[in-house]
Amino acid sequence: MGQQQTLPNGVQVHNTLESSSPNPDETEQGGYELLTQSSEDGTYNLSVLVNGVHCAACIQKIESTIAKNKDVQNVRLNFTTRRLAIQWSGEKDQANIFVKSIENLGYKVQPFNADLVNEESKEQEKFLLMSLGVAGFALGNIMLLSVGVWSSSGEEMGYATREFFHWISALIAIPTILYSGRPFFNSALGALKNGHTNMDVPISIALILACSMSLHETIYGAEHVYFDSAVMLTFFLLIGRYLDLRARGKARESANDLLSTLSGFANVVYEDGRLQRILIRDLKEGMNIRVAMGETFPIDGEIISGQSEVDTSLVTGETIPRVIETGAQIYAGTLNLSAPVVVRVAKAAEDSLLADIVRLMEKAGQSQAKYVRIADKAARLYTPVVHIAAAIAFIFWWGVMGIAWQEALMIAITVLIITCPCALGLAVPVVQVLASARLTKSGILVKSGDALERLASIDTIMFDKTGTLTHGKPSLINHEHELNSFKLAASLASYSHHPLSKALYKAYGDNEIVELSDVEEHSGEGLSARYNHELIRLGSRQWCGDKNYETSDSYMEIWFQHGDKKAVRFTFEDSPRQDAEMTIKHFHEDGIKTLMATGDLSQPAKAVASQCGIKEYYAEQKPDDKFNRLQELKEQKHNVLMVGDGLNDAPVLAGADISMAPGSALDMAQNAADIIFMGDQLAPVYRSWKTAKASQSLVKENFALAAIYNMIAVPLAFMGYVTPLVAALAMSGSSIIVIANSFRLRFAK
Amino acid sequence: MSVLAYLIPVALLLGLIGLAGFIWSLKSGQYDDLDGAAQRILLDDDELGPKQ
Repeated sequence: MGQQQTLPNGVQVHNTLESSSPNPDETEQGGYELLTQSSEDGTYNLSVLVNGVHCAACIQKIESTIAKNKDVQNVRLNFTTRRLAIQWSGEKDQANIFVKSIENLGYKVQPFNADLVNEESKEQEKFLLMSLGVAGFALGNIMLLSVGVWSSSGEEMGYATREFFHWISALIAIPTILYSGRPFFNSALGALKNGHTNMDVPISIALILACSMSLHETIYGAEHVYFDSAVMLTFFLLIGRYLDLRARGKARESANDLLSTLSGFANVVYEDGRLQRILIRDLKEGMNIRVAMGETFPIDGEIISGQSEVDTSLVTGETIPRVIETGAQIYAGTLNLSAPVVVRVAKAAEDSLLADIVRLMEKAGQSQAKYVRIADKAARLYTPVVHIAAAIAFIFWWGVMGIAWQEALMIAITVLIITCPCALGLAVPVVQVLASARLTKSGILVKSGDALERLASIDTIMFDKTGTLTHGKPSLINHEHELNSFKLAASLASYSHHPLSKALYKAYGDNEIVELSDVEEHSGEGLSARYNHELIRLGSRQWCGDKNYETSDSYMEIWFQHGDKKAVRFTFEDSPRQDAEMTIKHFHEDGIKTLMATGDLSQPAKAVASQCGIKEYYAEQKPDDKFNRLQELKEQKHNVLMVGDGLNDAPVLAGADISMAPGSALDMAQNAADIIFMGDQLAPVYRSWKTAKASQSLVKENFALAAIYNMIAVPLAFMGYVTPLVAALAMSGSSIIVIANSFRLRFAK
Repeated sequence: MSVLAYLIPVALLLGLIGLAGFIWSLKSGQYDDLDGAAQRILLDDDELGPKQ
């Protein structure tokens, strides 16, 4: 271990697995061999997530870089899931070399725990696709025969030939229905066992009745054979089912990815000073871990050595970093800013912040489960109506009109077949898939299938402040500095991870920076360095600022001092996203109420609220307070959209009727949210809502179309006018109309 | 009409071949990465692949 390796692309990679490495930085990489799985034939497999893959060239760069290593047997990057699978023979530790070489290409690699990935949905997707394929094959072949039967009559083609065609249809259709109908039968059985019905109950009944009646007709050489309709019904419904599953599967996958990336690495320090890299989930109480500058604390714990500053903005919503010393408590999810520290892993106490939030989230999740999807509502209404209509048809023809019961039953079954909810089964999933795809293209990821449905019904929006309405990062607001001191300050700031230093450096832009010597970081105070043998300092007011300076504002500040000259003050503010005010205004115009709840102090909260045009705001809110605020709103029968990014928002995100989080949010918040939006703007929130509204009205239109179809078809069936040809035409016609109507979403604003 | 006696089996056989092809493509994971397939068509094959 620890050997120098040169990859074929000329990138030198140092294998950094030396367990007692003297250089602390070297332990901060590697560890991927822990995630490597060995297979029976002596090869190793590694799966990682690669971020930043956008195009074909990325695939090629990554795959060819890895493939150049002579030990690599297989490498494949899945563009959809961003998972890279590498298979190689030889050394297990090569995993780290591979990861390093991808990182050298400029991509971010995340550890990914294959054990945690739920393969169930993948299996289910394959099962549905297989059913769909079989149904498609059967449909094609039966249609081949049916068209022949429809286009002539029994006398013309000969009764024997017609019977022959019917028998072949039966031979194809019955195994197909038994095979491809399983998704519906299973779901219908499951629902009946639990004592309620769903859409699959009438579907299953119609399929079984259509098949058995057609078989009966075939045996007696009669004319009413509906094998084609039954298979067509299965085929169309499976398309709807598959689209639905894919929409939901995508959501589950992204949640899975987040969960498995939480299984990152931590550097454990043993008593003898040895460092070892292990998985976070293997951390035990009382272990000491080293957290480097710029790393996130993986657990709750206590600082046992070192002094640093912690950015807690994602957890508590505060924008100003906190100074921490030995003995201070730190929370998982916060960011270590200025110096490496050693942390003792605290007991997963019942009252730890993280445990509290997880508990609140669970509670919140339960209340959300009560939501009834519109398709299920329709099914509840639909099932009894259809069955009663069929029963009335039977009683009418047999009891009132006095025809033979066999014929009356035939008419009743025809009513059931023709009302079968083909269009209903497609109405929701097609719109959902189109709407999600449209949003995905503009950087909005819809995680759950019914998210858009719930989004369309909101009347109140609750915003978090830091990182949601604002960028979550401070930016320089006073630019009137003498150029030389700005240049020196920015040059010095470029050495620091502190958010204010970063903001200062960013504000300076791409201008030239100067060479400094003896740069030192003074934890909790600032940075010092030498420029032309003169001391320059950048840091807190106490350390290098003008202590007598009177301020009337509440801006964040850092001070810069050059030698003995007068100190210069740089002020910062966490400014709202550029389009925040505009977005809020749009919502107000559409009659949506907005409010803001933040963990930050009341002065910055007030400033941001007024800049964004939000009248109702609450400051210094703990996770509990935010959650109670949500409960109050819900009790007043408001449907609430929560937009937030922090750990303190997670319970509200999970409990709100619908929730959104920006892509910069903490993993846990992204997990809890239904919709994730990327980029620096707030407009995606409004765009999602608009799209949700448009798709909801399309869904309703689709239901109306399906109802109109039934209003025409049912009386025909009731009168006994429906033949197999009419049934097949009506069924495919209604499905195609619903799909075509759904595509109108493309023209929606 | 006796032509049907072999035309229908031929039609069914063709359908079955199609079905077998579909099942093969499904089992070999060709539906796992639909977006990737759209991108990969732009790649130069000779520079890719694990082993030359």
